[in-house]
Amino acid sequence: MDFSWRRLYNYGSSLFYVMPAMALFILFSLYPFLKNIELTFFEWDGVSPHRYFVGLGNYVSVLFAKADFWRAARNVAFLTVVGLILQNGLSLVLAVLVDRKTRGASLYRVVYFIPPMLPAIVVAFIWRWILDADFGILNQTLKNIGFGKLAMPWLGSKSTALAAVSVVNVWSSFGYAFVLFLAGLQGIPKTLYEAAKIDGANEWQLFSQITIPLLIPVMTIVSILTILGAVQSFDMIYILTRGSPAGTTEVPALLIFLEAFEYHHFGLAATMAVILGIILFVLSLIQIKLSKRLSI
Amino acid sequence: MSVYHLKNSTLKIFKHTFLILVAALCLFPLLWLISSSLKSRTGVMTDLSLVPSEFHWENYIQAWNRGELGIYLFNSFFYTAIAVFGVLFIASLAAYGFARLQFPGKEIIYYTLLLSMFVPIPASFIPIFVLLMKMHLLNTRLGYLLPLINGGLPVAIFIFRGFFESIPTDLEDAARIDGSGKWGIYWRIVLPLSKPVIAAVAIFNCLGAWKEFLLALVVFSDKHLMPVQRGLVEFQGQYSITYNLMFAGIVITIVPVLLFYALMQKNIVKGLTEGAIKA
Repeated sequence: MDFSWRRLYNYGSSLFYVMPAMALFILFSLYPFLKNIELTFFEWDGVSPHRYFVGLGNYVSVLFAKADFWRAARNVAFLTVVGLILQNGLSLVLAVLVDRKTRGASLYRVVYFIPPMLPAIVVAFIWRWILDADFGILNQTLKNIGFGKLAMPWLGSKSTALAAVSVVNVWSSFGYAFVLFLAGLQGIPKTLYEAAKIDGANEWQLFSQITIPLLIPVMTIVSILTILGAVQSFDMIYILTRGSPAGTTEVPALLIFLEAFEYHHFGLAATMAVILGIILFVLSLIQIKLSKRLSI
Repeated sequence: MSVYHLKNSTLKIFKHTFLILVAALCLFPLLWLISSSLKSRTGVMTDLSLVPSEFHWENYIQAWNRGELGIYLFNSFFYTAIAVFGVLFIASLAAYGFARLQFPGKEIIYYTLLLSMFVPIPASFIPIFVLLMKMHLLNTRLGYLLPLINGGLPVAIFIFRGFFESIPTDLEDAARIDGSGKWGIYWRIVLPLSKPVIAAVAIFNCLGAWKEFLLALVVFSDKHLMPVQRGLVEFQGQYSITYNLMFAGIVITIVPVLLFYALMQKNIVKGLTEGAIKA
């Protein structure tokens, strides 16, 4: 009797330690999760006390009737592919070049990491100014050096807006991938290279047979961060283009925001959020699977 | 180390040219921002030199006086400080419970909490808005801070638990024999031993909270409550014609970030690198 009371007290006081986290979780993760699913079955403007049950109507609209969610998904896919190629390619090359013996290696590291430190809002304001159609330094320089024909509204034209956004996106985050690769490179035992050199391997063989295979875990991390970052992107595009022109730079999170707070379609917005959530969940599961397999 | 040495000095020159070019690409936008912020109202549109012909320092005074920058910055410091302390305290408390204490359903609760990592703000801000509206917390500091802290918890709990479990139990056993309870062990043994990991989680959350924008966009309509990223959008709305003042304002808001980076550069890079590799 006495023993079980003590055990109960022990459990209770232990549970106390996880209570604050659980309370926040229930209120701001679990409840919103369930609420979001509920919202998807209604047509609601977000303020009025009346809402209309529409069954799976919102899902039909988002997935089949309207094209904008798929367009936003395609735009994210583009951002992701550009990000994957440049983050993995450029950052890896830079990390290999900046090994410890390179003069000024620590200075390069400091400088390359400045863009990732800047808030996305600030990055977007700076680049919107540089790329400005009339007063931007890019177009004005092009005009001054006789390439005026190349000057164009980079963020305002359908053919260049998404590419421009992708470049800004890479500018703001390649430094992070660079630092991750640098850490990965320093984790490769030097003895491996020495042994291979004794066996007569040349520089290219050292790179392709030792460096690349041993960096695959880091490449996976960089790729996952790039994908998750692109899928959730919002801040930068909100300032750069707000999805314009004609939705060519629209991304899911921005679409959800505009659908809810500009057009007052909370049901549609919630439905898109559920689909985005499922995509993120699947991507995260893949991430866990991969990082478990790759952990060394 | 230098695994690959480029014997050829031409190659070396190429390498450094490339590295310097990339460095210039990183710095130029920032320098251009500062340069633009120091030009006159018309010069900002026409003067293409990186070093302005005359320095209009008064832009900074005007930007400061005419906008609510001081309020935005104060709010950001306040939100960041509370969010970081909140995440550190609540997450370490929970992680200690998961790592060291026994109670029924422990693992189920742990993994459920981690699940919320998969529903970040971009996928959940609609129902959070609805919830805050029902609780009358829209446009309040509390309504912003609670979801912000909640968003930082799962990763922090995950990192803390892993670290706490790696601490040898000898010290705790000794403390227990000396009469320490759970709280004493958490507060006097586990936390002091965890300073490096606390610092990493703090830095990670500090940057996250300072840069946060979407939640602030959804929660606030009152300017006097806005953090700096959200405030900048208001600010540029007021100054869309006078670019030089707008840029002076932006420069003011990134001074804390750049100072933080200058002082903590090594810790920041280390913390973010380890954070990404662990989590």
